Amino acid sequence: MQENERHYDVVVIGAGVSGCATARELAKTTASVCVVEREDDVCCGTSKANSAIVHAGYDATPGSLMARLNVEGNALMYELAKKLQFTVKNIGSLVVCTSERDMDGLRELFARGVANGVPDLKIVDRDTLRSMEPNISPNAVGALWAPTAGIVDPFGLNVALAENAATNGVDFIFNAPVTSIERRPEGCFALVTPRGRIFARCVVNAAGVYADQIHNMVCEDKLEIIPRRGQYMLLDTTAGNHVHHVVFALPSKMGKGVLVSPTIHGNLIVGPTAEDIQDKEGTDTTASGLAEVAEKCGITVADVPLREVITSFSGLRAHRAEHEFLIGENPSAPGFVDCSAIESPGLTASPAIGRMVAGIVSNILGLEERPSGEFVDTRRGIPNMNDLSFEQWGSLCEENPLYGRVICRCCHVTEAQIVDAIHRPVGARSLDGVKRRTGACMGRCQAGFCTPKIMEILSRELPDVTMENVTKSGPGSEFIEGHAKNAISKEARA
Amino acid sequence: MSDYDVIVIGGGPAGLAAATAARGEGKRSVLVIERDQKLGGILNQCIHNGFGLITFNEELTGPEYAARYERLAREAGVEFLLDTMVLDVSPDHVVTCVSEARGMQRITAGAVVLAMGCRERPRGALNIPGFRPAGVYTAGTAQRLVNIEGLMPGREVVILGSGDIGLIMARRMTLEGAHVACVAELMPYSGGLKRNIVQCLDDFGIPLLLSHTVTRVEGKSRVEAVWIAQVDEKGRPLPGTEKRYPCDTLLLSVGLLPENELSRAAGVELSRVTRGPVVNESLETSMPGIFACGNVLHVHDLVDYVSQEATAAGTAAGAWADACVQHQAQDEEPGIPVVAEGGVRYTVPQSIDPERMPEKLTVRFRVSGVYEDRRICVYLGDERVIAKRRPILVPGEMEDVTLKRDDLLARPGLEKIVVTLEEA
Amino acid sequence: MEKRTLTCIRCPRGCTVTVTLADDGTITSVTGNSCMRGDKYARDEVTHPVRVVTTTVPVVGSATEKMVSVKTAGDVPKGRVFDVVRALADVTATAPVHIGDVILADVAGTGVDIVATKDA
Repeated sequence: MQENERHYDVVVIGAGVSGCATARELAKTTASVCVVEREDDVCCGTSKANSAIVHAGYDATPGSLMARLNVEGNALMYELAKKLQFTVKNIGSLVVCTSERDMDGLRELFARGVANGVPDLKIVDRDTLRSMEPNISPNAVGALWAPTAGIVDPFGLNVALAENAATNGVDFIFNAPVTSIERRPEGCFALVTPRGRIFARCVVNAAGVYADQIHNMVCEDKLEIIPRRGQYMLLDTTAGNHVHHVVFALPSKMGKGVLVSPTIHGNLIVGPTAEDIQDKEGTDTTASGLAEVAEKCGITVADVPLREVITSFSGLRAHRAEHEFLIGENPSAPGFVDCSAIESPGLTASPAIGRMVAGIVSNILGLEERPSGEFVDTRRGIPNMNDLSFEQWGSLCEENPLYGRVICRCCHVTEAQIVDAIHRPVGARSLDGVKRRTGACMGRCQAGFCTPKIMEILSRELPDVTMENVTKSGPGSEFIEGHAKNAISKEARA
Repeated sequence: MSDYDVIVIGGGPAGLAAATAARGEGKRSVLVIERDQKLGGILNQCIHNGFGLITFNEELTGPEYAARYERLAREAGVEFLLDTMVLDVSPDHVVTCVSEARGMQRITAGAVVLAMGCRERPRGALNIPGFRPAGVYTAGTAQRLVNIEGLMPGREVVILGSGDIGLIMARRMTLEGAHVACVAELMPYSGGLKRNIVQCLDDFGIPLLLSHTVTRVEGKSRVEAVWIAQVDEKGRPLPGTEKRYPCDTLLLSVGLLPENELSRAAGVELSRVTRGPVVNESLETSMPGIFACGNVLHVHDLVDYVSQEATAAGTAAGAWADACVQHQAQDEEPGIPVVAEGGVRYTVPQSIDPERMPEKLTVRFRVSGVYEDRRICVYLGDERVIAKRRPILVPGEMEDVTLKRDDLLARPGLEKIVVTLEEA
Repeated sequence: MEKRTLTCIRCPRGCTVTVTLADDGTITSVTGNSCMRGDKYARDEVTHPVRVVTTTVPVVGSATEKMVSVKTAGDVPKGRVFDVVRALADVTATAPVHIGDVILADVAGTGVDIVATKDA
């Protein structure tokens, strides 16, 4: 076998939450599995930039795949978080109605939730709402309360799924966009990537906004994925207590509104917009988009302290006209399984999506479960100093003194956590990789102080990384142009 | 009995001067806790000259100024914990800190001096639309990369904000062979010192675009260009004035923010204007026995003023530590409020107890805009006691007035002290 | 007669100084300065402007530093600033270095030494 040719039973395209959840489920079988990813790391597309909400499941049309997988995923998420040690907080959500005229709409939403099987839904009146959320808009008249909703660390979820999959034998290949797929006469697929050719009996298309390009390489029917951009603003932790639950606006004549929610890092998130765009890489923010977020957050919540904004970002949802997940083997391409058009509530649904897709693949290939005890279904998370008492933190220092070296002063991330994040399976290789795994650089200085220090740790710990070639998020995003003296030295010689 | 009479948090210029003063000729035990491996704080990367003219009557570079104060502190017998991060200061002066060498420690103090300095406003706080690629740095991060690590963050540079670090970095990058296309400043005036515009921009022909801002960042992985537009008087970009500047680096010098996470957690009241603690004539915060000085209190333009202020805070903290047993029981009268009016943005201190003030007390402040030909006036009640003429006052430069204790004591029942600007 | 207005850079005050020159180029008056430093600066600036140059050079053998900061021990002609940094382009210091140590004597033929401003 050539070095740049690899053979697997299953190749999953895309290392986002859907792809990694699927790979982890497949790792429970005897199949050989590989995940190929166009970017430098897991969680670089839709999974990275979204509202980070565990939706309760009242939004989707009853009977749809979205509705079913949302409610299933919600229930699985809290269990999974314990097993894989990522952070989720079951804080509940409120859909706020700001006009008596729209209360019917709220009741409709309640009925839809009941039909979808969402537990414990309740409509709360103005006074109850105000006692739950003192900063709610004075116009609020009532809300739909969904206690099963929550917030999640999307990077934590994605990284945990990937690490656990890798621990159980799944291979990951990064910087490997699939440029073409060939169906071989013997019934398998050959995927061409810059990192070599990969052969597989079954292909899972979890390529996010690129899922249409992948789908259309092999399927007779044509798929169109529309990148739907959502812009957000993230506020400092000083604003993190402005609301205590995920606050949505009930769609009304005023428009769709934006959500206002605490994040698991203690910040406040507001957004998103919804703009259909052409560019699959169009994750830029715009002045008008950010202005829209700033304006709309006031519909449901009063006095959002927007001057505390520490960053803004945008993400692309993999939307299709039907507004429904596309999951299943394509009739025109046996062995090719779509896990496509996974837009909101895809993050919530991901544990259920992983199960469903793995089930389909198992049926196709006739996979067997691995003998019991072989699959490791838990993962040790990276400890978060902010969750520990000083005594607990102190005991960690006794085990490993590097827990005593604080690198990110805003978020209290230590060198031990960063070294840990680098040396895990599917470890961090870039500044953003460290950031997503440890929460470093996410504070109010936004990496001003810790960038040079993390660059140094990455270059020390990874043999192929030097201070000159450390990247922010993979090739092309190098921080450093060269040694300070190079240009002047050249000039001097000239 | 406390472990130390005084603990100083931060070993930059403020912390070193405060600790030296608090030591009181060897009378008290003083500990400085510094998170870096070296003392001197941000001065270590400020390799340019211009420090120390007031203190030492000569022009020193940042590292030289820091070295002098480090030597003074060491000679005075101050103790140091380096590479140690303070995590918490309790209202009763228990300092919790962590380090690689010693793990988690709790150290008690008679009095505490906060001297944690400030940090730069990041890009996010400006909400500049566009991508978030590599190549956007605060001026201070770039300064560290170039001066400490010897690495160039880029070759074709645009700078947003005319704070002093941005101006200094315009020259620094140029001397290292980079090309600085321009410095864009949102306000109609510069945020930095005039001398820095002359010697860092004019000397190298770098244009300063006042009333301009960056409206967009291009480039998904690495900065490829930024767009700069003129703004109206409210800071809104004017349509049709956008211009594209191809570049690989955007440096930000858009303001400094006092770093008060520890102060906030300790229950210290913060000013919305300075974003630093509210202090009295002794530079004592709202928490008894916790003092503040330097850039954590309010952002300074000159390190010499930081040293002066820190010396006052250290002296006061030492005195407090000597007397703290009696002090704790006593219900203190609030001091006379110092009110900033008529273009004066804030004052430090914000209140003064005439009984406890020194014979002469420096009140520092900044103005909110550019004012030409004004008098800085101080009113004690209705009576104007100071009228100091200044040809020009700008927000980038700190001002001060000196109050005399005798003037205050001569006016019992004084309700407020007003610092204001008047037409000359 | 010619009047030239300058911002003094000798201290943070940044005084606006006016220099009056006679037709033959001799300085007849300097006004607006608050101290003698400003007077000297203004006279230098209109006849032969000078600057202090600060930069860094790499240092080998230091446990704590990769670079050592340096400065010209005195003023150099403003027009020679780039010559100074070019002359330093390939200079490397060797630890131990102390503040004030001469790193390069008579830089670029200016007669001025380059000295360290940091211990390494």
